[in-house]
Amino acid sequence: MHLVYPVVLAALLFSVGVYGVLARRNAILVLMSVELMLNAVNLNLVTFDAWLRDTLHSGQALTLFVIVIAAAEVGLGLAIVLLVFRNRETIAVDALRELVEPDAERVHR
Amino acid sequence: MTAAEIVFVLIGVVALASAVLVVTTRQLVHAALWLVVSFGALAACYLLLTAEFVAWVQVLIYVGAIVVLLLFGIMLTRAPIGRSDDLDSGNRPAALVVAAGTAATLVTVLVQAFRTAYLDLGGGDPAGSASAVGASLFRSWVLPFELLSVLLLAALVGAIVLSRSDIGEH
Repeated sequence: MHLVYPVVLAALLFSVGVYGVLARRNAILVLMSVELMLNAVNLNLVTFDAWLRDTLHSGQALTLFVIVIAAAEVGLGLAIVLLVFRNRETIAVDALRELVEPDAERVHR
Repeated sequence: MTAAEIVFVLIGVVALASAVLVVTTRQLVHAALWLVVSFGALAACYLLLTAEFVAWVQVLIYVGAIVVLLLFGIMLTRAPIGRSDDLDSGNRPAALVVAAGTAATLVTVLVQAFRTAYLDLGGGDPAGSASAVGASLFRSWVLPFELLSVLLLAALVGAIVLSRSDIGEH
């Protein structure tokens, strides 16, 4: 199989994830887009593992590690999102402006 | 194009199209369900790349656990069930420009770099079988493996502490 097909698919999936992280307002949709980006990286790792025929299977071992870290990240991220929802009644990421600098806030308005 | 390439391109189109639907759909629950389609198609891609153990782990953890967790999050934040028109923020054009730039740069560089590279998938030993991956995981990668189990435990304890309201301040 030509190496370009899986590699280009991974690059396009990563770009879709970048668009989702930047364009979505709902925090859970942002988390979903982060998952898409992690999956693109996983596809890259598996592809290069198969291409290089690594004797240590580094690509596939690292893919499993990324999946574990993604599970931990989603668990913690959702706990934080639920905490924000309990305190603020909203999870729109552009509505949370407590940490903005005063100057930037004035320029923004 | 060989048969494997045709199948890979078809499955890749499914994965990419459902990923685009995840980031553009107007219904929150549909985004989670399209995520299932995308992850499933990616698992099929892993199978085509002879990484069968990773493919089953992908189905178990991503489709089985993470999407269910995301659906729980959607439910607990009382998301509207039908269409909601405020899912995109105001910087959508900027996001489109950045994503198109990322895609153009990455695809150009990768196609230039790997124009003559070919995967040889028909070898003798199945590199992605559970026994091969397990042996290398518990021989060469056992220290990071154990470290990650501690990390997962810490993350779960942290999630419990964050989401319980009766511990913490008194």
